[in-house]
Amino acid sequence: MTGTVDPTIINLVVFVLAVFVGYHVIWNVTPALHTPLMSLTNAISSVIIVGALLAAAVDALDLGSTMGIIAIGLASVNVAGGFLVTQRMLEMFKKKEPKGEPK
Amino acid sequence: MTVNQVALAYLVASIFFILALKGLSSPESARRGNLLGMIGMALAVLTTLSIILGGRLEFVFLAMLIGGSIGAFVARRVQMTQMPETVAAMHSLVGMAAVLIAVAAVNNPSAFGVPDPMPTGNRLELFIGTFVGAITFTGSVIAFGKLAGLGKHFRLFSSAPVVFKGQHLLNLALALVMVGFGVAFFLATDKAWTPFWIMTGIAFALGVLIIIPIGGADMPVVISMLNSYSGWAAAGIGFSLNNSMLIIAGSLVGSSGAILSYIMCRAMNRAFISVILGGFGAAEGTAAAGADQKQVKSGSADDAAFLMSNAESVIIVPGYGLAVARAQHSVKEMADKLVKKGVNVRFAIHPVAGRMPGHMNVLLAEAEVPYDLVYEMDDINNEFSTTDVVLVLGANDVVNPLAHQQGSAIYGMPILEAHKARTVLVNKRSMAVGYAGLDNPLFYMDRTMMVFGDAKKTVEDIVKAI
Repeated sequence: MTGTVDPTIINLVVFVLAVFVGYHVIWNVTPALHTPLMSLTNAISSVIIVGALLAAAVDALDLGSTMGIIAIGLASVNVAGGFLVTQRMLEMFKKKEPKGEPK
Repeated sequence: MTVNQVALAYLVASIFFILALKGLSSPESARRGNLLGMIGMALAVLTTLSIILGGRLEFVFLAMLIGGSIGAFVARRVQMTQMPETVAAMHSLVGMAAVLIAVAAVNNPSAFGVPDPMPTGNRLELFIGTFVGAITFTGSVIAFGKLAGLGKHFRLFSSAPVVFKGQHLLNLALALVMVGFGVAFFLATDKAWTPFWIMTGIAFALGVLIIIPIGGADMPVVISMLNSYSGWAAAGIGFSLNNSMLIIAGSLVGSSGAILSYIMCRAMNRAFISVILGGFGAAEGTAAAGADQKQVKSGSADDAAFLMSNAESVIIVPGYGLAVARAQHSVKEMADKLVKKGVNVRFAIHPVAGRMPGHMNVLLAEAEVPYDLVYEMDDINNEFSTTDVVLVLGANDVVNPLAHQQGSAIYGMPILEAHKARTVLVNKRSMAVGYAGLDNPLFYMDRTMMVFGDAKKTVEDIVKAI
């Protein structure tokens, strides 16, 4: 038993542990915030932009980097939109002053 | 930065993402959670930019600027009632981005630090990331169309299920062919564009085919499921690029969507598989058979106002009808007036009220209903029997006592036990049945008074009369 562990196995370890973490964290989310949860997870999954950045930055403007640039644009919509719309919703859940008159 | 430093920065970003989701456990900590998420994302993007500083960046920044502006604009402008379709649209973008990145990875693996030609292990993961991404994209586009009510313009967007003979067999056959080309891509030693494109094309088609048979009212499950898929697509891409942060973020999102799907299915007492196979809800909107033989008591908005202002406690049960009528602001006004009269007003929310998980809570929060007046089903169900008046606004199946009756189509579905209250007021537009196509005995009880009319109009009339 010598040699290095295959990266795929390491990835698998990370994956399984992350699913466990996700499972426990998400069950603790209050049902009232399930819509913001969705928009927030949406924003988080657009961290895929990291892959797009790597693809786009090669010197030659070929198929790969073009795809990367388009992917950056798409993911950026989600990064900005996801976090900002979550913030907007969460602002609504702020505790109001006890006798705050709406007028 | 060295490779190790980059990996550590990504680890910190991943922890920020976990803390962001943890923040959502209560409304007090949620805003801080979102902020942590933003910091994590900024860290991830800046770290990656530092790696690629040597390359061509003008288009990179241009794309980020354009995309970011569109996102910010949409986030500011979108109506809360439009959140479900907005979220669906965002899922589609993640899916498409995953596919594009996969194309780039096949074309030029070395940009990602993966050997060229790509090793078989990475190919397998790339295949998974690509087809999940492609299904997420087209599936979300269809879901978007259904949620945005574009069925009039394009039949596939119809909120009624689109079914045809042999649908499931066709899907199965396509899935098998797709896997076949995936294997060809996996075994190839060159770039293998042909199997890659074919399998991606089939995945795009499958995304359309698996969402069209699912009816409009099952949308809370569909949108959660696509949320999950977008996460798994990101994780798949993370696998093929050997990027732990992508795997962690993707897994968090994937499990989040999966849990939400489970919660939605449980709240409808439906098996996930039967939702996915679709076809349910085809009979939506048909009138209840024999409804006119049974006697309902109906009253005016004035009667409802009188009953509620003389009650000690009122529970309001908002449903999808309220969201459609955009009556949440009038409801808030009504609640305020009742509270001023000394009535104990609370809101009871069923998990599937609205068109996506938690949708009703957001609509009420938008109308500035304090969230401590808003109760989840399990927290308030014991309170109905000691409540004077329950006002059901645009909800039907979620208060149908048939759910307690063995043998009925919705037997076992958890409901809000409105029928236990001393008086039940039900606002509906007509006697049409709900999504499950069942008659509702709640409407015929002696203690029930129906108030027919549009939810918004009725509530406004009640406000005037109080």
